[in-house]
Amino acid sequence: MTSLNAAASPVLPLVYERSAGYWETVGRRFLRDKVAVGAALVVLLLMVLAVFGPWLAPMDPYQSAMLKRLKPIGFEGHPLGTDELGRDMLTRLMVGAKLSLFMGITPVVCAFFIGSLIGITAGYTGGWVNSVMMRTIDVFYAFPSVLLAIALSGALGAGITNSLISLTIVFIPPLARVAESVTTQIRERDFVEAARASGASAFTIVRVHVLGNVLGPIFVYATSLIAVSMILASGLSFLGLGVKPPEPEWGLMLNTLRTAIYSQPWIAALPGAMIFMTSIAFNLLADGLRSAMEIKQ
Amino acid sequence: MLGFLLRRLIYSLPIMLGVALVCFGLVHLAPGDPLMSILPPDASADLQAQLIELYGFNRSYPEQFVTWVWRALQGDLGTSIASNRPVASEVMTAVANTLRLAMLATLIGFVLGCLFGFVAGYFQNSWLDKFASLLSVLGVSVPHYWLGMVLVIVFSSILMWLPPGGAGPGGSSQWIWDWEHFKHMLLPAITMSVIPMGIISRTVRALVADILAQEFIVGLRAKGLTNFGIFWHVVKNAAPTALAVMGLQLGYLLGGSILIETVFSWPGTGFLLNSAIFQRDLPLLQGTILVLAMFFVVLNLIVDVIQTLLDPRIARA
Repeated sequence: MTSLNAAASPVLPLVYERSAGYWETVGRRFLRDKVAVGAALVVLLLMVLAVFGPWLAPMDPYQSAMLKRLKPIGFEGHPLGTDELGRDMLTRLMVGAKLSLFMGITPVVCAFFIGSLIGITAGYTGGWVNSVMMRTIDVFYAFPSVLLAIALSGALGAGITNSLISLTIVFIPPLARVAESVTTQIRERDFVEAARASGASAFTIVRVHVLGNVLGPIFVYATSLIAVSMILASGLSFLGLGVKPPEPEWGLMLNTLRTAIYSQPWIAALPGAMIFMTSIAFNLLADGLRSAMEIKQ
Repeated sequence: MLGFLLRRLIYSLPIMLGVALVCFGLVHLAPGDPLMSILPPDASADLQAQLIELYGFNRSYPEQFVTWVWRALQGDLGTSIASNRPVASEVMTAVANTLRLAMLATLIGFVLGCLFGFVAGYFQNSWLDKFASLLSVLGVSVPHYWLGMVLVIVFSSILMWLPPGGAGPGGSSQWIWDWEHFKHMLLPAITMSVIPMGIISRTVRALVADILAQEFIVGLRAKGLTNFGIFWHVVKNAAPTALAVMGLQLGYLLGGSILIETVFSWPGTGFLLNSAIFQRDLPLLQGTILVLAMFFVVLNLIVDVIQTLLDPRIARA
């Protein structure tokens, strides 16, 4: 129809109406999804807390008071009570956002870069290089993620750096696998074939044609991994393998407050509620991004 | 079928070897000389040389690895430094305890997950579907060690219905099939079941939605088949994948129970790992992880085979 019309009225100036770009469409779809927008707001709020927590918090997170240990929620001057050393719970939960989010997000970010590099290289090269790389990745799939994280940080020894290293190693295989499968699909597409036929080098093809199509799905998957990473990172601190006292971190707070489970049960449960909330927010955000970008799981 | 089985078996061998290599590497990843954790500080040079000989630290890594794998194949995982007992027997007792817990948890998770998944898939976009989706998001997002604490607070501290931890009355770790012992299993198993429940209900919902949209369902309806008859067809088509996911979840729970076992002081592999890590008992750490990872590889194999038996289309693909 359109071609007929164009041929019939050659005098009309051709007006190209700019159609909405891919990211514009994705953005519009995302903003229509109320749950996803809510989750994004919660994530934003947590980020603000992580950056400005120490200035926003009402008290000093390290200031203990032996006479005010384990005071209930709503105690005078302490809206969320005090912990086992008399430190203000509200303050520690707010300041704790920094370390908790740092421990949860950093490994996924590192694994995102390393995993994408491995996956894209394997997917684009194909052949025996792909086989060797992906079979090596398969070995790590034989370990349930919790077991691998704990085994690695157990062997490396407790501490923040070692936790980050072991969690990064845990998240590289799944990200590499997603990157590899998306890259393999893209590699077979006609536009890659066309670029190769026109003499583009492998590096240029990857940079121009592959990366743009591949990074979106990997990024969405990485967002959903942050939810897992938050739980695992806090879990390591909960076991005593991650952050060391007296730093405020939710998993560690959960650990030290375990003794208070009978005297002040709800205070003991508070840090876990923060981890839970963060993890839900990241999961819902990833779900929203996935459906906005129309990625099949 | 036999060809598929053989292919799958051969494919698992290098993975198993890789797993053994990772477990072997763990000890050498650890900071400091592995021998230092075994030796008393005032050990004589003579004893030191004797132990180096015994553990084979004076030989090259490949040599050590081959000896270690060869011994492991014969069921010898070395001796625990802390308890001085063979690692293999300690691990097996713990695996039995964890397996019991993980199986109950998988069962609960599978039944509830299928229920929610079927309801959500059948009544897509209804409030029931939204509720089931919410439950599954909560299930995969919850820090399970925290959920364990909350359940202890509610059911042990406030209601005083169930014991807060341990494997049996009076702190005994001997297992007997009676209500008193079963009560100790309930809270940890329910805590554990939340993750498989979330994952299975998500999978089943997607499967059911996918199957209901296919043409043969329309054909069956046109043929005049009752709703129940169609439901049976959906179940048959969803079963292989759902069962496969369940099998994998059992493996994940077996290896991932450490945090929950710590909360409930359950005498399983998690508890063993925990003590191995904090006493720097490297042979025990190495052995436990090896056994758990091997369990997972074998379970994967079994799941694949069962799935192929249930759904012959896979072998032909």
